[in-house]
Amino acid sequence: MKYINEYRDNVLVRKLSNKLRKYNDLDISLMEVCGGHTMAIHRFGIPSLLPKGIKLLSGPGCPVCVSSISFIDKAIAYSAIKNVIITTYGDLIRVPGSQSSLEKEKSKGADIRIVYSTLEALNIAKINQNKKVIFLGIGFETTAPASAVVIQKAYHENIQNFFLLSTHKIMPPVMEALLNEDVKIDGFICPGHVSTITGSKIYDFIPDKYKIACVVTGFEPTDLMQSIYMLAKQIHDKTPKVEIQYSRAVVKEGNVKAQKIMNEVFETRNDIWRGIGEIPDSGLKLREKYKEFDAELVFNIQFESKGENPACICGDILRGLKTPKDCNLFGKTCSPVNPVGACMVSSEGSCAAYYKYQNYDGFN
Amino acid sequence: MMDLINLNHGSGGKASQDLIKKIFIRSFGDPNGILSDSAILNIDSKKIAFTTDSFVIDPIFFPGGDIGKLAVCGTVNDISVSGAIPKFLSASFILEEGLLINDLKKIVVSMAKQAKLANIKIVTGDTKVVNKGKCDKIFINTTGVGIFEKEYNYISTGDKIEVGDKIIINGALGDHSIAVLGTRNELEFKIGVESDCACLNELIQVLLKADLKIRFMRDVTRGGLATVLNELSDIISLGVELDEKNIPVHESVNGLCEILGFDPLYLANEGKVLMVVHPNDAVKVVEIMRTHPLGKESKIIGEIVSDHPKMVVGKTEIGGKRIINMLQGEQLPRIC
Repeated sequence: MKYINEYRDNVLVRKLSNKLRKYNDLDISLMEVCGGHTMAIHRFGIPSLLPKGIKLLSGPGCPVCVSSISFIDKAIAYSAIKNVIITTYGDLIRVPGSQSSLEKEKSKGADIRIVYSTLEALNIAKINQNKKVIFLGIGFETTAPASAVVIQKAYHENIQNFFLLSTHKIMPPVMEALLNEDVKIDGFICPGHVSTITGSKIYDFIPDKYKIACVVTGFEPTDLMQSIYMLAKQIHDKTPKVEIQYSRAVVKEGNVKAQKIMNEVFETRNDIWRGIGEIPDSGLKLREKYKEFDAELVFNIQFESKGENPACICGDILRGLKTPKDCNLFGKTCSPVNPVGACMVSSEGSCAAYYKYQNYDGFN
Repeated sequence: MMDLINLNHGSGGKASQDLIKKIFIRSFGDPNGILSDSAILNIDSKKIAFTTDSFVIDPIFFPGGDIGKLAVCGTVNDISVSGAIPKFLSASFILEEGLLINDLKKIVVSMAKQAKLANIKIVTGDTKVVNKGKCDKIFINTTGVGIFEKEYNYISTGDKIEVGDKIIINGALGDHSIAVLGTRNELEFKIGVESDCACLNELIQVLLKADLKIRFMRDVTRGGLATVLNELSDIISLGVELDEKNIPVHESVNGLCEILGFDPLYLANEGKVLMVVHPNDAVKVVEIMRTHPLGKESKIIGEIVSDHPKMVVGKTEIGGKRIINMLQGEQLPRIC
């Protein structure tokens, strides 16, 4: 595939892998914040190409993993309302709430539909005017503009049966929260897609205030290998700064138009991150002007949310403080087929990845 | 003139008789034959292969096939990979009230065409009609019988597999999944991929007759290559190593997988067979496969190893390694 194969050149990857040997003495932990990076790292077997002293930690950038349990419970409660259609991106439907999942409710008869874009959700509302269509807005700065656009469209077209249940979140506050918690992070592999929208400027506070290295990274193997090299160099030379490796998509200022739409539609609020807890100003809710589209204001219903399994230590795992081996549920009541906690939900969450690798560590 | 299936077609009376005669017998059977309760088969074999499968798919027509073609090929392939020669098929239909009779005709004609191509006979069947909403347009069950000209017990069990044996696939992965996904109208663009749905019995028989050391065969359907190989490594307690850069995947399928976050190794196929072959014969098997229309893109994609028993490991295209697990639930498009 053109424009993909060039970034999967194994000769170039091997060169970068050899170049990294220069830093064989480093003992560092790099956090890939974004779930897409975690995915690519496992898919291409990146860890097997790194010096032993360079460890990769999976961060809180998998939107599915960090959605609060009460968000899922609320979506399930909405799905039980008569004449409501729930529209959602696909990977949310299997996430366990405190008692059920959207997938289970769908098989019981709830009208829950997987969509590929927010506009598709809006179309479902236009076609089903006698029903109320709720879109589950999930994701970071990458997907929030798409939700914002559709809300503006619904507003201008005066569509009255379309609503947003937002659990959109933004990246910088959670990265700062991790740094304040003494998690051992020597460098951030900063998210590529988020940064196309926000620009790299949102990470400037990290080297300034915390002296931690940052590289905005693309999603192909050569991108990841080059970024890891750039981070290792910054750490070795003690010159922490924000660099953009993913320069074919990201600029310092980002996509100003998308930022404008997002700010016009959303404002920040305190939000709960599954496994981590409440982080100030880390979530996005609709502004006053668009409150008629806010599912939480329109559908005032009671629902029961039991909270997370107290034995689950996903929070500590997400923060790099514990490993899945320390968890009493791991591999017993909690497995990829029947996940209890956040890190087992996404196929590339740390527990799920660990679950696959536990019997075999012969890669290095 | 009847144009929609209604409950009368399942009543057992005149309408049922007409439907059977005008649609099923006309396509599958002998119009002068007597309709009896059982088909009587002449089988010249001590051992037979016997399998059944039910087919439910939305949409019922898709690029490269339809539910009827799928129902014939699916069962023919299940028999063929056991080393048997498929001979007879039953076909049972559950029809939803309101189904277009024209669609049923198209499906039945398509089944008859595949049966002819695969040199098998559809000899018995059944039709039921259910109320609207009680099934999705049409469900088909086919049961097949195949005979063995030679015994191949080991070919299903993998008993003869040894370390160093090569893994071969007869072509590109994922076309069926992507063709069906494209037709479901969930994507707002055309993809131009056709399902690989096809009967593999001829290709397989050519290879078996060539007297090569084929140790194992399995058709690669739902769950994809990854799932078949995980099952294999589990039953033989050996490891499987895949060379991912050699795994054939069409560019258009790969592109869509990139967009949606699918892994082609987990996509369903309907015309793919995986073979494990002694290393001395592997190249020969690929050569023969490539001379057949269903094997033009055949490749050696990996081998059986003693490392990491019961695990499938992929050498990635960039030279890294990763564990390839069994499919955990349906693949879903990712947000990020």
